[in-house]
Amino acid sequence: MQTEGITLMDTLEIAGRRFNSRLMVGTGKFSSNMAMQAAMEASGSEIVTVALRRVDINNPADSMLQYIDTDRYLLLPNTSGARDAEEAVRLARLARAAGCEPWIKLEVTPDPYYLLPDPVETLKAAEILVKEGFNVLPYMPADPVLARHLEEAGTVTLMPLGAPIGTNRGLRTRDLINIIIEQANVPVVVDAGLGAPSHASEAMEMGADAVLVNTALADTANPAAMGEAFKLGVQAGRLAYLAGLGPQRGTAQASSPLTGFLREE
Amino acid sequence: MNFQLNGQSHQTVAGTTIGSLLAELQLQPERVVLELNQVILNANEYREQQLKEGDKLEIIQFVGGG
Repeated sequence: MQTEGITLMDTLEIAGRRFNSRLMVGTGKFSSNMAMQAAMEASGSEIVTVALRRVDINNPADSMLQYIDTDRYLLLPNTSGARDAEEAVRLARLARAAGCEPWIKLEVTPDPYYLLPDPVETLKAAEILVKEGFNVLPYMPADPVLARHLEEAGTVTLMPLGAPIGTNRGLRTRDLINIIIEQANVPVVVDAGLGAPSHASEAMEMGADAVLVNTALADTANPAAMGEAFKLGVQAGRLAYLAGLGPQRGTAQASSPLTGFLREE
Repeated sequence: MNFQLNGQSHQTVAGTTIGSLLAELQLQPERVVLELNQVILNANEYREQQLKEGDKLEIIQFVGGG
């Protein structure tokens, strides 16, 4: 799409790899694998996240890999379930041993109630995994100081949360994400808490490089429609960012001419 | 012979190889990743490896996640 010289085809570059889509999707909690595939397809996403878990020996389910075309999507395994750096590093190594490219969405969430990322353990794990050659995409609190530390450690993105995972509450951390975007030298991907296309659009309007959603797509009667809605929301927000939003003002500024009124002066 | 499989006690006959265990459990080797006593196993090498009393084997796969 070409709009007055601004192209939506501007690409997202992470670790030297280019992506046309700025929407990443998670594959958890869908009612069926067919619903998940439909949402992925409609979203236009090129990066999808998966988790690693023990096989249920008594009732082995199909591997998620059967349902994801890895020629088409970059598989981004996460370290969900890790409570400290050691567990996260173990999961990342297992993902690589399973044949994945060395890309890892680093998640360290010791608290099961809010699932907030542990800044200390996340940084510790990032330092180890970067040294082991992983492209590390860290899920992180929206903390601009931590963002700098992670970037110094060599992470290839920053993934601050908008709100706790699965809450659909939108950009509750907006002002801090703004500072992270202003300071970052790597792509900023807003992850977690985005529940509506307008939330995704808002993040993109602010200058986020991408967003990641899962619950918003899985938690609806029509995941495919919601996938497309998020795709459009992300595109709208990106285009608005590239166009440049007008300044906010405290008083009215007429849009129509202030001359030629049908009245006596 | 007793060993730990995915955190639970599991019985098998002595001399069972990891390859035959996977077959018994009807798991496709290319869809799982294995860790024996906290060491990740190389997919090309573990099939003939025999399990020992007290081993801790983890069989892990990809599931949906965000």
